Amino acid sequence: MHQSQYSFTTSPSALVQVAEIASRYKGRQDKLMDVIIAVQKIVPSLAEDVAAVIAREMGLSQNHVYSFVTFYEYLSVQPRGKYMIRMCSSAPCHVRGAKDVMDTITEMLGIKIGETTPDNRFTVETCPCLGICDISPAIMINDKVYGDLDPERARELIKKYIREDI
Amino acid sequence: MEETRVLLRNKDVANMVDVAVSMEHGGYVGLRNALLMDGAQVIETLRDSGLRGRGGAGFPTWMKIKFAYDAGGTSKVVVCNADEGEPGTSKDRILLSTDPHSIFEGMAIVGKAIGAGRGFIYLRAEYSYLFPILENALDSARKSGILGKNILGSDFSFDIEMRSGAGAYVCGEETALFESIEGKRGEPRTRPPYPGTYGLFGLPTVLNNVETLANIGPIFANGVDWFRSIGSENSPGTKLFTVTGNVHRRGVFEFPMGTNLKDIIYEVCGGIAGGKELLAVQTGGASGAIIRPSQIDIPLDIDHVASSGGRLGCGTIFVIDDSNCVLDIVKNTLEFFTNESCGKCIPCREGGVQLLKLIKKISEGRGSVIDIDTMMDLSNTMRETALCGLGHSTPVPVLTSIANFRDSYDRHLDKDPCSKCSPERGLK
Repeated sequence: MHQSQYSFTTSPSALVQVAEIASRYKGRQDKLMDVIIAVQKIVPSLAEDVAAVIAREMGLSQNHVYSFVTFYEYLSVQPRGKYMIRMCSSAPCHVRGAKDVMDTITEMLGIKIGETTPDNRFTVETCPCLGICDISPAIMINDKVYGDLDPERARELIKKYIREDI
Repeated sequence: MEETRVLLRNKDVANMVDVAVSMEHGGYVGLRNALLMDGAQVIETLRDSGLRGRGGAGFPTWMKIKFAYDAGGTSKVVVCNADEGEPGTSKDRILLSTDPHSIFEGMAIVGKAIGAGRGFIYLRAEYSYLFPILENALDSARKSGILGKNILGSDFSFDIEMRSGAGAYVCGEETALFESIEGKRGEPRTRPPYPGTYGLFGLPTVLNNVETLANIGPIFANGVDWFRSIGSENSPGTKLFTVTGNVHRRGVFEFPMGTNLKDIIYEVCGGIAGGKELLAVQTGGASGAIIRPSQIDIPLDIDHVASSGGRLGCGTIFVIDDSNCVLDIVKNTLEFFTNESCGKCIPCREGGVQLLKLIKKISEGRGSVIDIDTMMDLSNTMRETALCGLGHSTPVPVLTSIANFRDSYDRHLDKDPCSKCSPERGLK
């Protein structure tokens, strides 16, 4: 399976931070979502060593932590780029030209959907409806929303991000 | 056609996050009235109002609350389902961002009814940029004694916590949402037991959609007669309709329940954009019926749409022009559902995958009549045996498109796929 071929070593200082976050919620399985979301911001990936620390500090099994992470699209075992580009592929965006926008973006970054650029700056995924259909076709880059896109506007937008001119 | 703005009455008011501004615009009047009642009276008021759930199922709100009211135990919970994931829907995002206090008010009134001390708002990850707005509004409410201990000097204490989703449509399903908050995979539970007796953390729980909650304050502020004077007999009140797709004007519009679908598409939203013709309309989201132009002259309330074979659902209206192909749309919805299936039950996990394989086969010109029969058979099986609404809904676009657009299917069966479905081979 894809993930078992993947291994990543997290820096000890990051693991200490993970332990600090997770230790606040020992015995609080219902806080796992909050912990994972916070941890995901400070480690490159939710690798085995990270999961082991979370499991130990919260009193959960490592199996449970992985079971949780692998279920949700926003949580990732694999590292993701600095900019997570989510391109809506649901029907309301689809009928307004989402495919052309997607093709433009993947072409500009030189990667396929699901991949990360070699410099680790961009990860590109399709996603279901973002709830901003009045400006379809729409995408999100991290927490920011961009809509009313066409290939030209998409090109300009990605250029700005590539130049870190946001 | 002018909107009837009840829920969106404060949409353009600045700084609605501030509880003082909210109260200047009628915020928490309903709660003040509800605090003078006991639980049974609150429930009676909601029963008389006829309010039905706005998240999709249209279940009578008072009944849901009564189940939890009747349940034993002293620890009960109110949950706001802000996981708005139905493709084509943005009404809850508008409510949460423009009038958050209306949601807290609804939750507090429900809490008062069942004697709950805790409320949770489960907000989808795709709306994480709304967290600061909601946290600030909650803080503001607490500082004014609207949330927390002894609300507005009463003996009722109630507070609300935010919880985050992480990109799973299935977590919009009640019990899957509870599982997610509990730190587990968002897999729906078998029912019974129902949330009214065994919900979040195993406690009696009332879960409501954002829009349902937004209706509750106004009912207690303005009265049952006022609420019933709007909308239709079987569906009183207004409805937020999210209109998307190939129309001139897209967005969220508030009209009385029972407003005509044709009028919304043409008079409110300006009809089809770009000089094209209307091909199809899908109401209720990805899980809705796909209908022909000749079928759009219907009142949009819960029972009318249901009796026409469709589902009003969350009020999403998706307009499709003739540059599209119905099979391509169905394929899109099936890709959505197979991706979002949690995998727990076989009918959905396998059924969805097989339906997707078949629609691809047919749309690419490799299908036969038997494949359509198989799709219908699978669809009916899924409707009867899937564990939750996701599995029940996946086949709806399939069954309705076969019923209403059989000519499209037949055309693709005749080895004549259109350019949308088969760009390389298209003859359209």
